[in-house]
Amino acid sequence: MEMVKVTVDGQTVEVPKGSTILAAAKKAGIKIPTLCHHEDLNVNAMCRICVVEVVGARTLQAACSQPVSDGMVIITNSPAVRQARKMNLELLLSNHPQDCLNCVRNQRCELQTLADQLGVQQQRFGTKTRPEYPKDDSAAALVRDPDKCILCRRCVEVCHDVQSVGAIAPANRGIKTQILPAGGVDLNNVACVQCGQCTLVCPVGALYEQDHTERVWAALADPEKHVVVQTAPAIRVSIGEEFGMEPGQVTTGQLVAALRRLGFDRVFDTDFTADLTIIEEGHELIDRLNNGGVLPMITSCSPGWIKFIEHFYPEYLDHLSTCKSPQQMFGALAKTYYAEKAGLDPKDIYVVSIMPCTAKKFECGRPEMSSTGYPDVDAVLTTRELGKMLRQAGIVFSELPEEQYDEPFGITTGAGVIFGASGGVMEAALRTVYEVVTNETLPSVDFTAVRGIEGIKEAEVDLKGTKVKVAVANGLGNARKLMDLIKEGKADYQFIEIMCCPGGCIGGGGQPIPTTNEIRKKRIEAIYEADADLPLRKSHENPAVKTLYEEFLDKPLGEKSHQLLHTHYTKRNKYPQKSVG
Amino acid sequence: MAKANCPLPTSNLSEILDKYKQSPGSLLEILREAQAINGYLSREVLQLIAEELGIPESKVYGVATFYSLFKTTPTGQYIIRICESAPCHIRGAQDVLATIEKTLGIKPGETTPDGKFSLEFTSCLGLCGVAPAMMINDQVFGNLTGDRVREIINSF
Ligand code: SF4
Ligand code: SF4
Ligand code: SF4
Ligand code: FES
Repeated sequence: MEMVKVTVDGQTVEVPKGSTILAAAKKAGIKIPTLCHHEDLNVNAMCRICVVEVVGARTLQAACSQPVSDGMVIITNSPAVRQARKMNLELLLSNHPQDCLNCVRNQRCELQTLADQLGVQQQRFGTKTRPEYPKDDSAAALVRDPDKCILCRRCVEVCHDVQSVGAIAPANRGIKTQILPAGGVDLNNVACVQCGQCTLVCPVGALYEQDHTERVWAALADPEKHVVVQTAPAIRVSIGEEFGMEPGQVTTGQLVAALRRLGFDRVFDTDFTADLTIIEEGHELIDRLNNGGVLPMITSCSPGWIKFIEHFYPEYLDHLSTCKSPQQMFGALAKTYYAEKAGLDPKDIYVVSIMPCTAKKFECGRPEMSSTGYPDVDAVLTTRELGKMLRQAGIVFSELPEEQYDEPFGITTGAGVIFGASGGVMEAALRTVYEVVTNETLPSVDFTAVRGIEGIKEAEVDLKGTKVKVAVANGLGNARKLMDLIKEGKADYQFIEIMCCPGGCIGGGGQPIPTTNEIRKKRIEAIYEADADLPLRKSHENPAVKTLYEEFLDKPLGEKSHQLLHTHYTKRNKYPQKSVG
Repeated sequence: MAKANCPLPTSNLSEILDKYKQSPGSLLEILREAQAINGYLSREVLQLIAEELGIPESKVYGVATFYSLFKTTPTGQYIIRICESAPCHIRGAQDVLATIEKTLGIKPGETTPDGKFSLEFTSCLGLCGVAPAMMINDQVFGNLTGDRVREIINSF
């Protein structure tokens, strides 16, 4: 790598050629303020908060986009720089509602932080006092508040380049510019998959999840309701970040204790139904392999992915496993098997999920997700919303003791835990399918080829003579690549795992902000750490799952399973309001 | 010619799309020619263009709303364009605008309910000598006053 030498505020540093001024300054220990820049996304250079002086240059330069050249002398902290940054910010603020006290991002907002950091103390250029654009709360999972938008375009980058959905883009011009769904319609009327990746990158309160905390507080306060909660695999490695912990800590025990203190009657683990998913889906795969079923079979646990394939590849829905996601399987069993066992009327059971995902809010409202006559799941809280509720309740997370999940949905295996990371469902399925098909114990349970944050991963497994070729994709841009291979008849896989969000659920749209690829990697490490720590690593060894089949379900893919644990999909249009394409 | 009510001109549009198939980066030309068919770019037209070019509709919509040349809502039979540059402004374009708004009951960017007139701003028409000026379709009118504007509109 060719290196160049630059001077930042008097310090000389060596950086690879082509580095930005921002990166060079970082190396010199200086954090230049930024707003529109995001470390995982393309550079837009819209806000000019990051300006610096470059000796010899006529104007101030945007540090996030300007590459360094050999011998460049950079000044990041001169009166001219400070004044320009502050002025640019003040101009932004002049068109921004000063609504921090009522704002979902209060104290967690990059714009607010910058105002403090750059010393803004008055509204020299006035401020936006009246709302100009209505809020758009049409989507089941998301809210857009265009008045708060500072037009940084990070959401557009993530929606187009990472997710290949392209639901929103800049429209109109000048002072009227807005980030809009096509046609200027509501988000629910375009093919947005509600993945919430845009909410992770939005620096302000312009994009966020639909609030479910109020209905959960209400249920918790209702003496008639028996409120049970399930925690997705990815929460245990991220919730600590809501309380200032370093990314990558496993806090399963504290999470359970925190939920008990919030007042939930039973604290269960979605990992249990992740194990169950593996049994059902594994048998579905074996059945398809043996009986000429549609292949490759594709996993179905990620609701953003499901909505994506329904909109963009509706003719390939029969590739999807018919298994409901673990969240929905859990809800269906909570209102049947558990209700029976606990002697409760299903109408009195209120099921809350803690999910790393915004699309789960959409999923729980799908009309087919109420196999008992009641919705399988009543409310979905994102990791962020749980953090908010715990803060409201004054629960000091870091000081909680470690507690255990309740029976019967509290016994889980490592296979269930790794559902939280890209490749995890595949690995869990292989651990089970291998042993079911070959009747032999796996020499090693670790299928490392499918692990990690890489966009598309492949592996081949020898099931005693039958070779099974598998692929794993995370992020919908990568899912699209695999779907196009299938479309062209070039995919020779038998089984594909697809997760909507980059890195899998640990990188989900409901996870703590910030969620960057660096942080995703740390959460992934934590997931495999949690897996390795568990005595049971394979779904089919989960004793509670065995009991469930003995007492209730009878057998995998049996009648009860079909009724409660499997589902069907809906063909949707790429242009939901019109019938073109 | 009642432009707003034409059916979806799929055949013409596909000719346009075919013509530009081989030359990427022709979105602006395609939009311009597509708009000529109906006088504006409907959602359907934008979707067909997006589909053919393999880009999201949101991007096509973004481009179509960025340039004032493009319309995404139907325009009237007659488009009144008021010059908003400085010379016309100084010589009373505001009064002309107010008169039109009052006479027709529409604001810039809107169309009368009967589909007859649309009102828009335009940049300098090069008629500064006879400011304030306006155009109705391709006819130009200068030295405007409130009374004269009313007269002109009534003559259409
Ligand atoms: S987006 Fe940030 S700056 Fe704006 S009102 Fe909300 S918290 Fe305040
Ligand atoms: S939720 Fe996902 S698909 Fe919808 S706008 Fe945001 S990034 Fe795009
Ligand atoms: S919605 Fe948020 S991420 Fe998108 S442009 Fe506006 S401020 Fe930026
Ligand atoms: S952070 Fe550099 S221009 Fe916005």
